[in-house]
Amino acid sequence: MAKSTIKARAKSKGGVATIKCLVTHKMEIGNRKDKKTGKMIEPHFIQNITVDVNGKAAVAGEWSGAISKNPYLSCKVKANPGDAVKISWSDNKGKSDSKEVKVK
Amino acid sequence: MKTDMKRRVFLKGSMAAGAVAVAAGAGLLAPQSVLAAWNKGAFEAKKVDEAVKAAMGAAETAASDAIKIKAPDIAENGAVVPITVSTSMAAESIAILASNNPVPMTSTYMLSNGSEGFISTRIKMGKTGDVIAVVKAGGKLHSARKSVKVTIGGCGG
Repeated sequence: MAKSTIKARAKSKGGVATIKCLVTHKMEIGNRKDKKTGKMIEPHFIQNITVDVNGKAAVAGEWSGAISKNPYLSCKVKANPGDAVKISWSDNKGKSDSKEVKVK
Repeated sequence: MKTDMKRRVFLKGSMAAGAVAVAAGAGLLAPQSVLAAWNKGAFEAKKVDEAVKAAMGAAETAASDAIKIKAPDIAENGAVVPITVSTSMAAESIAILASNNPVPMTSTYMLSNGSEGFISTRIKMGKTGDVIAVVKAGGKLHSARKSVKVTIGGCGG
């Protein structure tokens, strides 16, 4: 299997966990032209990104192409050390990936 | 008589088909934002007001000091502008917009299960403009804005 596109870290302090994650994705906005061919580069970006804690939705983000390439997301959720945090994304071409990390 | 019957059957049939078509049409025309997981309307709106309305249900927002936007005053590279939005309010959802982008809405976040009003990410900005954070808390919309000067645009090539 290919290497995961998600790098994530979750650290809890006083019941609140700070989640930081990086996704490898080109996040093509769709209004750029290919300089060589002169054709428009078709949009390809992450539309949905979710952070689940122990199987429950905590943060559900909707993104457009206006999020930078190789996007970064950080949020604060209720979680204690040992809890499972799952980060998953899906893009406009139907691709998706997810990763689960333990809260430290 | 016989042809008359046929005609009636035919009429009935076409009427029923018509009804189905209308129903299907209504289904397709119903706000996709409700049906689809991804809020297309909000991400296609060309104006800040329209985008906020599509994403949050209302266009009116009250300026609030309880929302803090951390963003650079001058962004050298518009393709990567780090933005942090934090609020002390019990936020239900947060939207981050860049006022002068061709499509202002950059992202929205639904917060649940006690998640704090804190989102940090990196956005693209086409040119100098305001970064607007809209926070929904207690059924009301609050907003804050911060001007970011962009020296090299991040949209378009």
